[in-house]
Amino acid sequence: MGYVINRLMQGLMVIAVMAVLVFVGVYAIGNPVDMLISPEADQAEIEATIIRMGLDKPLWEQFLGFVGGALRGDLGTSFMYNEPAVRLILARFPATLELALAAILMAVAVGIPLGVIAGLRPNGVVGRSIMTVSILGFSLPTFWVGMMFIMVFAVSLGWLPSTGRGETVEVLGVRWSFLTANGLSHLFLPALNLALFKTSLVIRLARAGTREVITQDYIKFARAKGLSETRVILVHMLKNMMIPVVTVLGLEFGSVVAFAVVTETVFAWPGIGKLLISSIVHLDRPVIVAYLMLTVLLFVTINFVVDLIYAILDPRVRRKEAA
Amino acid sequence: MRNLLIGTTALMMGLAAGAAHAADLKVGLSAEPSALDPHYHNLVPNNAMAKHAFNTLVEQDANQRLGAGLATSWKALDDTTWEFKLRPGVKFHDGTPFTAKDVVFSICRVPKVPNSPSAFTIYMKSIESMETPDDMTVVMKTATPYPLLPTDISTIQIVAANTGTLNGPLVFKKDGCTGVESYPSTEDFNSGKAMNGTGPFKFKEFVKGDRTVMVKNPDYWGEKAAWDTVTFRPIAADGPRVAALLAGDVDFIENPPSQDLPRLKGDKKVHVVDGLSNRVIYVAINSGSAVHPGLKGVDKNPLADPKVRKALSLAIDRKAIAAKIMNGQAEPAGQTISPGLFGHNPDLKPDAFDAKEAQKLLAEAGYPKGFEVTLGTPNDRYMNDEKVAQAIAQFWTRVGVKTNVDATTASVFFSRRGKQEFAAFLAGWGAGTGEASSPLKSLVACRNKEKGYGTTNYTDYCNAAMDATLDQALATIDDAKREKLLQTAMAQVAADTGIIPIHFEKTPWAMKANLTYVPRVDQQTMAQYIRPAK
Repeated sequence: MGYVINRLMQGLMVIAVMAVLVFVGVYAIGNPVDMLISPEADQAEIEATIIRMGLDKPLWEQFLGFVGGALRGDLGTSFMYNEPAVRLILARFPATLELALAAILMAVAVGIPLGVIAGLRPNGVVGRSIMTVSILGFSLPTFWVGMMFIMVFAVSLGWLPSTGRGETVEVLGVRWSFLTANGLSHLFLPALNLALFKTSLVIRLARAGTREVITQDYIKFARAKGLSETRVILVHMLKNMMIPVVTVLGLEFGSVVAFAVVTETVFAWPGIGKLLISSIVHLDRPVIVAYLMLTVLLFVTINFVVDLIYAILDPRVRRKEAA
Repeated sequence: MRNLLIGTTALMMGLAAGAAHAADLKVGLSAEPSALDPHYHNLVPNNAMAKHAFNTLVEQDANQRLGAGLATSWKALDDTTWEFKLRPGVKFHDGTPFTAKDVVFSICRVPKVPNSPSAFTIYMKSIESMETPDDMTVVMKTATPYPLLPTDISTIQIVAANTGTLNGPLVFKKDGCTGVESYPSTEDFNSGKAMNGTGPFKFKEFVKGDRTVMVKNPDYWGEKAAWDTVTFRPIAADGPRVAALLAGDVDFIENPPSQDLPRLKGDKKVHVVDGLSNRVIYVAINSGSAVHPGLKGVDKNPLADPKVRKALSLAIDRKAIAAKIMNGQAEPAGQTISPGLFGHNPDLKPDAFDAKEAQKLLAEAGYPKGFEVTLGTPNDRYMNDEKVAQAIAQFWTRVGVKTNVDATTASVFFSRRGKQEFAAFLAGWGAGTGEASSPLKSLVACRNKEKGYGTTNYTDYCNAAMDATLDQALATIDDAKREKLLQTAMAQVAADTGIIPIHFEKTPWAMKANLTYVPRVDQQTMAQYIRPAK
């Protein structure tokens, strides 16, 4: 119990420190009124707008107001859209979630078979080619690859739409693209673009896992028992090499959701990343702050849960903390 | 049962075919409106979007000249009284007839929009009182002679009075109208509930960040739109927006980047139009302060000397900038208002490039060895802004004024400019009113909060003679006389190089080869003016 409280306090500390850093950092960028107001406005109107937005107050007063609101679950109202920042972000969250899930799915579907093949034949031509190609996935900039996808598949070949989300279907009050054929065709390129880096990561993890597991005694024993090679790979090996892959993908999922910014910008995908970029351009402070705070909350929560699971799985962790 | 199924299928196929034949248009926008509420945010994307569903009493044409809108005519009864005759037979989208009450309601709502980031109050605060002698007449009074009232009124969209709740006779009062219980909220417009206008399109759908859909208003009072359905999609990144056009996902895009224009113009499937905008790109130079940290190698401010300012202007090769850096998407400027707009002075030509004369003037002013200056510029606000600043820096350095460029993102640039951190800076000005008093008042008039002068004059330039002419112009109702006065004021600024105009930006639009668009000075994209090519 002491361990849980300890971790919880640490998490809250991180959130508090980040709140200060984020707020002060965003405050330092510039004056939002310069970006929002029409140049035709005169001084009187500019001053009225500054007061209306509460920007005339000193930094500490604005910060206290923000903290007070945050404790009640209100992270401020967007200057640009006059809507609660949290609502704006949550409204766009499904689009990003859908994109991130599709990307992770692609990474697993493509990455694991390729990784296993490369692991089984580390010195073969196929294995080496897979590893060489996976370096491209790591090193090519997402923005450039995204543009190339659009140029090839949308502009030159005309197979897939270039940008946007396409038709959506409303399920439980949320719009989803993956339920319509048109939506799926819109989803494919951005998801592939986002999946590229993760695919390379999965290939590497799967390859390393395969190479490690393949030398284990139980694999030798399974083979000695006369089981078919397919069964050895699919049942005995795959199950064991998946552990590190799942762990890493779980942690990576958070970053895919939070930082799909580039892909969303290139493909005009109406998710939270695109919202973040336009909020930075217009200095829509409440949205930037709310976005970063929600991201911090997401990561702190993931880490907290992981810590708890470790403690449950491994009694040594608990004992060390108690000592 | 089976017959029914076949029948339904046939019907659906028929519908699908019908939909394919209907005239649909998809437009790629470079910026999304922040709301559909026409009184919420005075910003180009918002104003352009509002004009699809709403109208104004006085409308600005492609050259921002005023013309009849929901008012068929207007005139000044005396220096402070304006009468607007309304257009009879106009109906709102819900069928309600348009009357003077809607005009009063709309103007009353302007100061009542909560949390507006850029309010339209600047366009109605000159109105002292408003009366409606009959349903088709509105009479407005101003405190002092104010010739720009029709121009100001041309920015306020008319919404239906039935979108709010009235609780008595609606009476305009300067400090808050009476007779209104509640106005529609910004959210009511975004959801479509209050999207009851008189415009050529009706609201269908608004999904923030993804699309705005409008359908044709078949009962529109003016020229009807050529499209049954228009879908606007925000594609902020330049490359993907061009790609969306080339891939056929959209039919029409605004603001294709200038470096893609040669390619687009060479493509047979694409039609590109461009036209001069109301935006001037200028360099402002600090002439007001005695010393400035942005200047080095001098113990006083050399920019206070008109000769030095003239030298800096002569040192710039505007033609080379327009041709090489702007790819022809600009026209050299000798004043701050574009040709064709009200108050442009045809006698003021752009300063011709003359490095020798510039050096001579610098020597005469006592700076034969020049000095050092920092030129501030945004790097993501205007077309090729940083590259233009770099070019100017090199031209200045060539005549002996060593120039460093300090380029930052727009939000940082504007904040620093507001603190007067730059001795010289490059920026742009779009004349929102489409006439010369806009740049004169904001950019070069002496800073004066009471008069609303010099709001963007961050260089403390002050020319009392010009201010006097401007005062006089802004109190002259007669259009011809006012235009003369504005031209004189323009010449007075040019005479002592109060500001260095660089060029007027041209605005491009790209579309499928079978479409046309008349370029608009105000840079707005409006689907009712996108037409099939003949």
